[in-house]
Amino acid sequence: KERTAIERVVMPQLDPKYRITCNEEVNEGISEEQAVREATRCLDCANPQCVTGCPVGINIPKFIKNIERGHFADAAAAIKETSSLPAVCGRVCPQEKQCESKCIHVKMKHPAVAIGYLERFAADWQRNHCEQEVPKMAPRNGIKIAVVGSGPSGLSFAGDMAKKGYSVTVFEALHEIGGVLKYGIPEFRLPNAIVDYEIDGLRKMGVDFEKDIIIGKTLTYDDLHEMGFKGVFVGSGAGFPRFMDIPGENLKGVMSSNEYLTRINLMKAGRGGDTPVMQGNTIAVIGGGNTAMDSTRTALRMGAKRVLLVYRRSEAEMPARREEVGHAKEEGVEFFTLHNPIEYIGDDKGFVKAMRVQKMQLGEPDASGRRRPVPIEGAIEEIPVDIVIVAVGVSPNQLVPSSIKGLEVSNRHTIVVNDDTMQSNIADLFAGGDIVRGGATVILAMGDGRKAAQHMHEVLSQK
Amino acid sequence: MNKVVSKEKFSENVTKLVVEAPLIARARRAGHFVIVRSGENGERIPLTIADADPQAGTITLVIQAVGVSTRKLCALEPGDSLTDVVGPLGQATHIEKYGTVLCCGGGVGVAPLLPILRAMKAAGNRVVSVLAGRTKDLIILEDEVRASSDDVIIMTDDGSYGQKGLVTVGVEQVIKREHVDYCVTIGPAVMMKFVALLTKKYNVPTEASLNAIMVDGTGMCGACRVTVGGKTRFVCVEGPEFNAHEVDFDELMMRLKA
Ligand SMILES: Cc1cc2nc3c(=O)[nH]c(=O)nc-3n(C[C@H](O)[C@H](O)[C@H](O)COP(=O)(O)OP(=O)(O)OC[C@H]3O[C@@H](n4cnc5c(N)ncnc54)[C@H](O)[C@@H]3O)c2cc1C
Ligand SMILES: Cc1cc2nc3c(=O)[nH]c(=O)nc-3n(C[C@H](O)[C@H](O)[C@H](O)COP(=O)(O)OP(=O)(O)OC[C@H]3O[C@@H](n4cnc5c(N)ncnc54)[C@H](O)[C@@H]3O)c2cc1C
Ligand code: SF4
Ligand code: SF4
Ligand code: FES
Ligand SMILES: [Mg+2]
Repeated sequence: KERTAIERVVMPQLDPKYRITCNEEVNEGISEEQAVREATRCLDCANPQCVTGCPVGINIPKFIKNIERGHFADAAAAIKETSSLPAVCGRVCPQEKQCESKCIHVKMKHPAVAIGYLERFAADWQRNHCEQEVPKMAPRNGIKIAVVGSGPSGLSFAGDMAKKGYSVTVFEALHEIGGVLKYGIPEFRLPNAIVDYEIDGLRKMGVDFEKDIIIGKTLTYDDLHEMGFKGVFVGSGAGFPRFMDIPGENLKGVMSSNEYLTRINLMKAGRGGDTPVMQGNTIAVIGGGNTAMDSTRTALRMGAKRVLLVYRRSEAEMPARREEVGHAKEEGVEFFTLHNPIEYIGDDKGFVKAMRVQKMQLGEPDASGRRRPVPIEGAIEEIPVDIVIVAVGVSPNQLVPSSIKGLEVSNRHTIVVNDDTMQSNIADLFAGGDIVRGGATVILAMGDGRKAAQHMHEVLSQK
Repeated sequence: MNKVVSKEKFSENVTKLVVEAPLIARARRAGHFVIVRSGENGERIPLTIADADPQAGTITLVIQAVGVSTRKLCALEPGDSLTDVVGPLGQATHIEKYGTVLCCGGGVGVAPLLPILRAMKAAGNRVVSVLAGRTKDLIILEDEVRASSDDVIIMTDDGSYGQKGLVTVGVEQVIKREHVDYCVTIGPAVMMKFVALLTKKYNVPTEASLNAIMVDGTGMCGACRVTVGGKTRFVCVEGPEFNAHEVDFDELMMRLKA
């Protein structure tokens, strides 16, 4: 009972006024004392439901009890049994929808144990206090494996295969390793140093990284065979931005969130890079997911005076992490929920100067179970804007799938795989992450990579 | 890192670089381009692969210095390296035996046109080339173009070389004097717009290679979107060549002006 009486830890964070002037990580991390105290809240349930809420089934009570005992390195090791990127997932998982939503505390009408914060704490503690260790590696078996894409699915697949003794080469189209973790998710949420630490770890395990190589263009799937690769894992993500196909969308100043975030995060626009990015006083971001939230907050940090988030449903339906919705509000983003853009209006030079938005109301639930937004007839408003960032979703890039003859692809352009093994209809080709799921999450991508590694290993060992 | 093997200055602002890129040299076809980056803070910019030598493992780039990134590239010397070269990108030109193909290049656009007209010639076409530039110094690669063309017409705005007049004057001469089955045009957007208007009048199917603004070059950002036949298309993955008679050149030109 004392355990349930303890209040949930509050994540220390940078002051909103300060943090929008820089790119520093907003969440500062909890202290050892806070972590131990929060860990004490965990009831070590006999039948821990939290674990069922975690897509990769991390042994949550085990790692939390290690934190309670002050055995922080053991806690980190317990997470690493199932997750290869705990410092990342502890920061970006939608915990409130996953592990934490199933915590027994929630059933007792208390806030859930802060599983995400504790996961992040354990991973950060280990990174800051221990030498980066190379895990136990099986003897090298000389079998070459190729990985397409260096996002979380590719990285976790590469790590597991290296551990099993394979010679792994990761091919990345861009000039940076990390996928969305680098070019999409901003540093104020996930510092690059944390991603680089994981990549260094893989390098120490002998994983090779080849940048600036596009599979399907620079090298084909057949080339990979000729080079002696015996298995291929495709983790090429869902990088193709969707637009809404409304009038004025090709005006200057209207761009995809991928373009906006890539220019700033990957190309360092406005932060010393040669790449330009359009600036403006009023920036509207369309959408309600993590990408939209990241775009609004990036716009504030780039100096925008007014940032509007335009979303056609209500706040309750927003797919973004709760915490980031809260952060965006604290930082001053204005929420235009139940609003949908229908047209952009340009000036005589072709720059967007205003948007027409249709007010919506919630109607009957749709196929996704969420109440469908329906237009309120005649309720149309014109709002002056300097820049519009369209963050209404992404689709899988067809570049890899379309370059491989005979590969089965769905009508959503995802690669079709066996859900249990991640194997495609081509025996030596496995795939995972967003290229299989459409836009999903880091933890799911990471889990797919691990699953694929296990099954590719089984297939290759049978031979 | 991709080493610069050799360098040649075509004119004050136009430089040819031969760059080590063995995988790209092997995989590229006429019409492909690369994205290059110079320096750790460098911008990703698209450049057409003007030529390649798979044996030597090199590709040729012809760069017109117009701003920060192209100036940096033109300043590289043999032995220096480009930070990144990625490709080959885009769809290769569709080459077939059409009959008579009119190849029409303006300014530095002649560089990307060269591999296409060579391939058209090799496919058995009669190739008539029209090269245009503001002034004599800006007519590049004339010898190489002549070597693969049955006839070459040169147009300069100021009359300092060839005939005086815009590219369209030369194009119309050819179309009036002989049957043209197909036209390929590469150059500034405004030039391609007028070539397209003219060939439309004469019903000559025409491809234009669009120079939209790009970031990644792999279909990820949408910066390169253009309207073709009323639909939004991404130049980097679906292009760079499109049916010139369907391209909204005014929108392209609008989007190119910052
Ligand atoms: C802005 C933003 C914020 C997000 N926030 C969150 C969040 O808070 N929490 C969360 O869980 N998820 C979040 N997501 C989603 C999450 O990032 C993705 O689900 C995840 O990164 C998918 O991983 P992946 O390994 O499948 O692919 P990606 O991370 O997309 O990586 C794919 C990599 O493959 C490369 N590639 C593509 N084609 C080729 C090719 N032909 N050859 C070689 N390389 C290629 C790409 O360049 C890229 O580097 C966010 C996404 C974005 C865009
Ligand atoms: C498919 C393709 C092939 C090309 N091939 C060649 C070539 O072989 N040789 C050559 O000299 N040029 C080529 N270009 C144009 C070249 O990419 C631009 O001139 C260059 O990016 C300008 O960069 P900058 O920083 O030097 O100039 P800036 O001062 O930044 O820009 C000058 C002008 O270049 C254009 N531009 C700027 N940034 C970009 C960008 N990221 N992508 C595309 N255009 C941009 C704009 O119209 C701008 O007004 C090609 C463009 C495309 C799309
Ligand atoms: S990986 Fe994500 S879902 Fe699983 S325990 Fe950690 S924070 Fe929760
Ligand atoms: S459900 Fe909550 S209290 Fe129970 S083991 Fe999981 S985290 Fe601990
Ligand atoms: S350049 Fe980014 S999608 Fe074409
Ligand atoms: Mg530039």
